[in-house]
Amino acid sequence: MSIQVSAEVFDPGKALNALQDKHTGVGAVVGFVGYVRDFNDGREVGGMFLEHFPGMTEKALAKIAQQAHERWPLLNVNIIHRIGRLEPGEPIVFVGTASAHRQAAFDACAFIMDYLKTQAPFWKKEDTSDGPRWVEGRDSDRDAAERW
Amino acid sequence: MIQVQYFARYREALQCDSESLDWQVGFTCVNDLRTHLMARGGIWAQVLGERNLMCARNQELCGLEEPLMDSDEVAFFPTVTGG
Repeated sequence: MSIQVSAEVFDPGKALNALQDKHTGVGAVVGFVGYVRDFNDGREVGGMFLEHFPGMTEKALAKIAQQAHERWPLLNVNIIHRIGRLEPGEPIVFVGTASAHRQAAFDACAFIMDYLKTQAPFWKKEDTSDGPRWVEGRDSDRDAAERW
Repeated sequence: MIQVQYFARYREALQCDSESLDWQVGFTCVNDLRTHLMARGGIWAQVLGERNLMCARNQELCGLEEPLMDSDEVAFFPTVTGG
């Protein structure tokens, strides 16, 4: 299991490949990448700042990964989340899961993302054409987490 | 003492990222602390009275009914928006 909170741009392809590396029991790897869009809620977005809660962030991510391990027969989990200044087109988050069979990897990856969206202490502040604005939480994210 | 932290929009609105408060016997749960802070009125009552407020005790998410003890660290913040 690997958890990284980093201000550096990361390579999602490398993160995906690392999930299988040296694990010959792995039959399925699923990866999700979230990117900074240049448009949100009717406004152009020129970039964003990602604030987090130092001290709590990595613990919260590790707890979510641990819950996934308890629910599915996973062989590996990798979570990377950016903090600080991000530009449009850059990756924000990577969640990857590895398992012997695909369904566990698919479900665990979706579970981790849904929980991360509602329980990990990150906050986005976008630079929009109308000035900076904090992104507000969505009910649809809460509903997605509740289905698990 | 109780250490209180505020994040993101709350930190900006309250113009405060953290503060230390003297422990009070009436602080039995996180909500008692919240009520104490809201009694400051104005923006404090407005922000900490928000329906979607989230909180953490000792760096773990919790509910407002979470029991509180002297030396705890509490954080208040808006709905998280990572990912």
